[in-house]
Amino acid sequence: MSRRYDSRTTIFSPEGRLYQVEYAMEAIGNAGSAIGILARDGVVLVGEKKVTSKLLQTSRSTEKMYKIDDHLACAVAGIMSDANILINTARVQAQRYTFAYQEPMPVEQLVQSLCDTKQGYTQFGGLRPFGVSFLFAGWDRSFGFQLYMSDPSGNYGGWKAAAIGANNQAAQSMLKQDYKEEMTREEAVQLALKVLSKTMDSTSLTSEKLELAEICLAPSGEVKYQVCSPDALGKLLVKHGVTQPAPESA
Amino acid sequence: MECVFGLVGKGFALIVADSSAVHSILVHKSNEDKVMVLDSHKLLGASGEGGDRVQFTEYIQKNVHLYQFRNGIPLTTAAAANFTRGELATALRKNPYFVNILLAGYDKDIGPSLYYIDYIATLHKIDKGAFGYGSYFCLSMMDRHYHTGMTVEEAVDLADKCIKEIRSRLVVAPPNFVIKIVDKDGAKEYAWRETVNM
Repeated sequence: MSRRYDSRTTIFSPEGRLYQVEYAMEAIGNAGSAIGILARDGVVLVGEKKVTSKLLQTSRSTEKMYKIDDHLACAVAGIMSDANILINTARVQAQRYTFAYQEPMPVEQLVQSLCDTKQGYTQFGGLRPFGVSFLFAGWDRSFGFQLYMSDPSGNYGGWKAAAIGANNQAAQSMLKQDYKEEMTREEAVQLALKVLSKTMDSTSLTSEKLELAEICLAPSGEVKYQVCSPDALGKLLVKHGVTQPAPESA
Repeated sequence: MECVFGLVGKGFALIVADSSAVHSILVHKSNEDKVMVLDSHKLLGASGEGGDRVQFTEYIQKNVHLYQFRNGIPLTTAAAANFTRGELATALRKNPYFVNILLAGYDKDIGPSLYYIDYIATLHKIDKGAFGYGSYFCLSMMDRHYHTGMTVEEAVDLADKCIKEIRSRLVVAPPNFVIKIVDKDGAKEYAWRETVNM
């Protein structure tokens, strides 16, 4: 019966729901999770890498974090092939803005332009929505550090701490409990790792299963996007007590 | 003939323009305001072909307003200048606008600034500049008397010196001028310098 309202993305069901959009959100619930936390001196993004096979060679150091512009990065949960399309359009938008105004694009404007694209696929017929949620971390001169979360419907919002992907509700409620205003970046990393260690399926966190990226201001005032190396991440995990030191190194 | 000039002072920028609308040897009116208040903290002084000038400056003004409505934050002066330059550059290879622009603005974190944009889409950030026949006199006058950190009184005095020089040395001198100033409190008309009323 519900088939009648499933096959087209653009049709409301009698209860006023868009099933395809809801299914898209469902698809994201199975993906590796990501957490973003807004700190006083930066934004922290932590993601869970799903290790599908030991034989798989990953070509890049990060597979969930993408730099969009010098002042902006995002974490992805969902269908990666869909995400690649959106990341590409985001990068184009950011460069177009810089071309027109010779200034970096304000963070919310970029998020909005991307969400407009997402929204289009929930309204215009014959196509399916993007099965992707994003966490955007960025800095601009009007509003400083910002964190945004977006979903397949094209909705977005600014957050102090947010989680997407598998188990995001549990992560979100833990964040709500433990988030403190005016955290430093280090405290934010600690909180993100703690939350991820409890919401991830695997028992112990290792640096192979995680990635960590930060947006912060360099002493020169430039915005910096830095990705934590696996070694440094391993040390962080031990330091914050979310994992045991690797037995080989002992 | 046309004279538009401007300068940056301490905490403000000033733009002066003649107010004659001429065609061939005829003066049609002498109270045409050629300095547009672009938004609350920007002034756009323009010279060039009458129709092009109005069309283009209004187009820029409306786009700057649209940006503000859409995004809830105003464009910085630098961004507005680059946008204007871009529009001129795109038009240049299609059907160019004959307008020369001095764009002055005040940004909270940057302070006052002045940009020179000519009809072939050149963009310069400047402290003082001028367009039109009057520029021959204004530029040398400003080279002699301009210094950084001028007060409003000093700047207006210098503007008056320029106007006087134009009126006494230029064959086709326009009779009336308008002076506008932008500072932290916004962009506004400062004064008119008129010798003819019509």
